[in-house]
Amino acid sequence: MMNNNGLEGLVIKVCVGTGGLAAGSQEVIDEFNKTLAARKVRAAVRKKCVSKTGCRGFCAKDVLVDVVRNGKSFTYQLVSPDKVSRIVDEHIISGNPVEEWLVGPDYHTFHSKQTKILLQQCGQIDPEDIRSYIDIGGYKAAKKALSLDPFEVIEEVRASGLRGRGGAGFLTGLKWEFCKMSGGTPKYIICNADEGDPGAFMDRSIIEGNPHSVIEGMIIGAHAIGAEKGYIYIRAEYPLAVDRLRTALSQARAKKFLGKKIFNSRMNFDIEIKLGAGAFVCGESTALMRSIEGKRGTPRPTPPRSVNKGLWGRPTALNNVETLANIPIIMNRGAGWFASIGTKKNTGTKLFALTGKVKNTGLIEVPMGISLKEIIYDIGGGMEDKNRRFKAVQTGGPSGGCIPASYLNMPVDYESLVNIGSMMGSGGMVVMDDTTCMVEMARFFLTFTENESCGKCVPCRVGTKRMLEVLTRITEGRGKEGDIDLLTELGTDIRLSSLCGLGQSAPNPVLSTINFFREEYEAHIKDGICPARACKSLRRYAVDAELCRMCGKCFRVCPSGAVVWEKKQKAVIDKEKCIKCGACYDACPFGSIL
Amino acid sequence: MIEKKCREILDRYHREKGNIISILQDMQESFGYIREDAVNWFSEQLNIPASNFYGVATFYAQFYLKPRGKNIITGCCGTACHVKGSAPIINSLREHLAIPEGGDTSRDGKVTIESVACVGACSIAPVFIVNKKVFGKMTLDRVPEMIKEIS
Repeated sequence: MMNNNGLEGLVIKVCVGTGGLAAGSQEVIDEFNKTLAARKVRAAVRKKCVSKTGCRGFCAKDVLVDVVRNGKSFTYQLVSPDKVSRIVDEHIISGNPVEEWLVGPDYHTFHSKQTKILLQQCGQIDPEDIRSYIDIGGYKAAKKALSLDPFEVIEEVRASGLRGRGGAGFLTGLKWEFCKMSGGTPKYIICNADEGDPGAFMDRSIIEGNPHSVIEGMIIGAHAIGAEKGYIYIRAEYPLAVDRLRTALSQARAKKFLGKKIFNSRMNFDIEIKLGAGAFVCGESTALMRSIEGKRGTPRPTPPRSVNKGLWGRPTALNNVETLANIPIIMNRGAGWFASIGTKKNTGTKLFALTGKVKNTGLIEVPMGISLKEIIYDIGGGMEDKNRRFKAVQTGGPSGGCIPASYLNMPVDYESLVNIGSMMGSGGMVVMDDTTCMVEMARFFLTFTENESCGKCVPCRVGTKRMLEVLTRITEGRGKEGDIDLLTELGTDIRLSSLCGLGQSAPNPVLSTINFFREEYEAHIKDGICPARACKSLRRYAVDAELCRMCGKCFRVCPSGAVVWEKKQKAVIDKEKCIKCGACYDACPFGSIL
Repeated sequence: MIEKKCREILDRYHREKGNIISILQDMQESFGYIREDAVNWFSEQLNIPASNFYGVATFYAQFYLKPRGKNIITGCCGTACHVKGSAPIINSLREHLAIPEGGDTSRDGKVTIESVACVGACSIAPVFIVNKKVFGKMTLDRVPEMIKEIS
């Protein structure tokens, strides 16, 4: 018989975000359940002790597992099913944590510089169980808001200084006030979960980890503006998030938090999910509303603003996922508390998806106004490859720009980012090292925006295509004198004359890289060289005879027989036969291939 | 046969306005792609010109006007995946699966390979999805692992 003393209250928390699931967290959960049953631990605990949690951010070391017992929590990293039995035997049964598999100092520095408000809850609760959210005070804020006058709610949100987390940074309280004041019924509230920026996954993580916080935010918003119907417009590419939302909505309906006379008040409010169909432009507010109406998602000129004439021509408040998830927290803890985080004009925290060539990739939450340096070096742990140098960080996805090393001390807030030609965007942050070619990067983003341009207005439809042509020829070594000026001129015109945010911001990646990395463009055009050695057509491989140690490694890997080498002789590359694959460059241990 | 499935979809939406996208999504779920005869059927039932359906179907990347392969491989080409080298992996997959130049489906209709802008799993870039199974931190050496998933 097992001694079940001390096993009461045992909880094993396994991360089941998309990152965790891809790393095999379901297999880990199954293995825990199987092993615990076999060792009769589960019988001793007599309740479900393996629970799921949302993303806790440190996706680089997934699967992450917390073993919580008697209030003490130990976190294991890189857990796979074969490690489970030892954790159960040594830690859970004998009480000796398996030290070598616990998270290292990285995990602690990754977390210690962060300010976790939204993510705190994500890692704590079971996203598929409404009781878990209610246990930590969930839906209290909605109940409280419903007892207040709508204008009091609006005033609270306004005083908190919360700005839209979707990118442009408009004051949320002000938007709600405009919508409230606008004539016409019915009114709508929409949650924009069409997170289409490549390199961003903040909204997905919130919905997967804590879907009820978004629903609660929408209930409060609906009360403030006077809406009876809400929509969540979410990408079909996020199947797990959609599933969790569906579960959460039906649980909320069962509790009468949604539907008729919610919270025993006179208010009726329900939410419908609308699946996006794969169009980046639908992240733009007017395009998104047309898409909900079942039309082609093309934007329209504003004004009239959506708060006056939005969905079906009615007053509509459109808020981003992260914005809405902040609302219950503001209602619970007060505007003053929220405003004390961050800086004066940029209050609260911001989530970023930190990815690219940085050591600790994952989801992070930091106070507004933190420096880029702290994000990349303290939280991110610096470059992934120690031999590489930091080159730039890209924020704001295809609408943003590349920020060079000289601006690393810059605070991260809406205004500072716009001032240097980038933008907050929804919060993607992609770190690049000296092997990333900035011209190729600009070309990559233009390929994306050119493809996603809806085609309604000429500057964006034709302009992005022309810019892409110029960028492509530069990366293929066919750049012409004057191409940089042409790009600058085209970019400025597109920025000034496009109909919507997509076109207006599409030139940002190009203009910002020309601004900060002009010499790279010049090297491509004038010297036919790609300084990052990334553009394939511009590579010319040769052996530096001084450095060559005659080992023959390059000879052995060359797929086209272009390397001429014999024992005790220096290698030579036959340019006629070379297919520029780079295999010799990667294989050379002495750096003698140029 | 087509009509039965179409009627099921129609009943689900109670002829409310603004459901063209939802109808198309369900149509694709049922038939695997957007069928011309099904579009015509809905057009008559709802008194909406077929051109409206066509306009919407061609606007959104999610809809396919041609049948797709039995297995679907999705390669992410978002920023993080691009920086971490998803393009060479896609090329290798195309080579392994003998996908004809300019197309995205193998000649036997067994597998379709497609690229998407971002699946939002950038922390485990580069990301590939084979029939809903996610493969993170992919490398060229692990391409055969993905091919094994194809049935």
